[in-house]
Amino acid sequence: MDLIRLTGIERVFHLGDSTVHALNRLDVSIEAGEYVAIMGPSGSGKSTLLNLLGLLDRPDAGSYHLEGRDVTTLSPDEQAAVRSRRIGFVFQSFHLVPRLTAAENVALPMMLAGIPAAERAQRVAQALKDFGLDQRADHRPDQLSGGQRQRVAIARATIMQPAVLLADEPTGNLDRATGDDVIHLLEALNQRGMTLIIVTHDQKIGSRANRQLMMEDGELRHDSAAVHLRSMDANPPGPLSGKGGDEVSPAAPAPDTPAAGGA
Amino acid sequence: MRTADVLRFARDAATGYPLRTSLSVLAMAIGVAAVVVLTALGDGARRYVVEQFSALGSNLVIVLPGRSATGGFSPANAVTTTPRDLTVDDAFALTRLPSVRRVAPLTAGTSEINANGRLRETIVAGTSSTYLEIRSFKMAQGMFLPEADWNRGAPVAVIGSKIKEEIFGAAPAVGELIRLGDRRLRIIGVLKSVGQGLGMNTDEVVFVPVNIAQSMFNSNTLFRVLIEARSRDQIEGVKLEVAAVLKARHGNEEDITVITQDAVLATFDKLLRALTAAVAGIAAISLAVAGILVMNVMLVAVTQRTAEIGLLMALGARGATIRDAFMAEAAMLSIVGALTGYGLGLFGAFVLRQMYPVFPAYPPNWAVIAALGTALTTGLLFGIMPARRAARLDPVQALMKH
Repeated sequence: MDLIRLTGIERVFHLGDSTVHALNRLDVSIEAGEYVAIMGPSGSGKSTLLNLLGLLDRPDAGSYHLEGRDVTTLSPDEQAAVRSRRIGFVFQSFHLVPRLTAAENVALPMMLAGIPAAERAQRVAQALKDFGLDQRADHRPDQLSGGQRQRVAIARATIMQPAVLLADEPTGNLDRATGDDVIHLLEALNQRGMTLIIVTHDQKIGSRANRQLMMEDGELRHDSAAVHLRSMDANPPGPLSGKGGDEVSPAAPAPDTPAAGGA
Repeated sequence: MRTADVLRFARDAATGYPLRTSLSVLAMAIGVAAVVVLTALGDGARRYVVEQFSALGSNLVIVLPGRSATGGFSPANAVTTTPRDLTVDDAFALTRLPSVRRVAPLTAGTSEINANGRLRETIVAGTSSTYLEIRSFKMAQGMFLPEADWNRGAPVAVIGSKIKEEIFGAAPAVGELIRLGDRRLRIIGVLKSVGQGLGMNTDEVVFVPVNIAQSMFNSNTLFRVLIEARSRDQIEGVKLEVAAVLKARHGNEEDITVITQDAVLATFDKLLRALTAAVAGIAAISLAVAGILVMNVMLVAVTQRTAEIGLLMALGARGATIRDAFMAEAAMLSIVGALTGYGLGLFGAFVLRQMYPVFPAYPPNWAVIAALGTALTTGLLFGIMPARRAARLDPVQALMKH
């Protein structure tokens, strides 16, 4: 069974008189444990897609099944409960609460979920140790380096053991070396079974994923998994891990020229 | 989210912005302190007046010469412009009333006391032996004026404690001769210090028999007649009887005024209570202003922490949780402000009492409860709107504000 199944998802924004189809008839399925990169130029709808996947936004049409359950029809409070238990967020700008220490930031989702303080402390200590942050537990975000901040954010995103981890440009505010560390950390989590979805416009990072979703003008232009299947049907399967998809992507949009897009 | 966690989160949020928090706490504190200090002043004035009247003695009925202003106007009044004297004989006639326990005539004037080589101006009060009991004074040394015919008092004097101190110092005064105006009198007693009593400091008064004072000041009229009723219930009866007796003695003319301590007390009490309430009301306006300031601060907090609110939503916070956290923060600002203000107000009242020791400036309980209650209510009430605004933020929009 798919972890995530989007069918006919549409998201329309009204800006003054003009309407923008941020997402247009989107059908995507993602299985548990996958490593997916959502790529595309800015304004292509990849962030909107991530917000929908994270239940921060609602589609105007279509349905979203998470773990077999239709979550589009849930009440805001029920959606909050799903976010709390099943979804982890990692943001480009870390989004740590500046007045809270690293440990308190990591404990925040558990606090919101009403987990007792004793259990929180124990799980936070374990998480900080796992992420190599045990020496930084009492530091505030402004006393941490960028890489440490993002590691705190990842620890926070995974502390509730969610089914899926959504990362929005997780290396966007980091230099190359620390960015690579963060990517390796996320990949290690993925290897332990956590579904990982990264939004990025960095080809190099995107190409590391097992599957690339290329977005453009609110449409899915290219899905490396689909190419993979098609290529298995037609041509002999190439030794493509990620590089192959990366090469294909610039060419892919060419055949089926603008279908929807702006006005 | 657990209640303890909500409170802790709100506390950390408030202390995370110390300047903004302390300013709104200060505003609330000033409002509460204003109520506490101003009501302490108003209620202090009331207590002061009540104490002054109570110090006069109990079950007291006082007769003043002259008509009361509320008597109305008649041609007869217009003719008799000068009221008939209130004489010692009038006062003595009142002693025969059954419901009267004691009567003391009182005449007063200023003169010079000259003794022990020192001279000072003093108030001279002419009265009788009964005055001591009516006013519940105590003797420090010697005895008060002796019982005698009110028209034939002996040439003796009783002095207040301050006069004794200033003229004789530590030396014994009883038995000494003094010159008071043109009289030579022997001191037979010194009063214990009692302090202020209705504008007349008894410690600075020389008491002499009423006939001596009258001849010194060459006057037949009395300043007051003090009457003590046998019981509290009989005060009204005494008032009517006294008025009737004196009317009969004065050719059927009501040319005296009878007041009772209770009536005066009740009037002042009512007046000053109203004043205190009015002052409290004015001070309460500052509490409303402080409440609006708390709302302002919380609105700023919501704007400033929009990204944080978005994050909390992304991490699974329900709208209600975010609303509770902001409400708790507003409540904390109000509570801390109110308690600080209460402390400040008590301190202000303490300073007032230190500066004016005779003035019992204690805030009344009702004012303290009302001030704290209003502070908390306005703080919470004005906290609702910002908290709801925070809870209704769109998470996607909120997260972008970084």
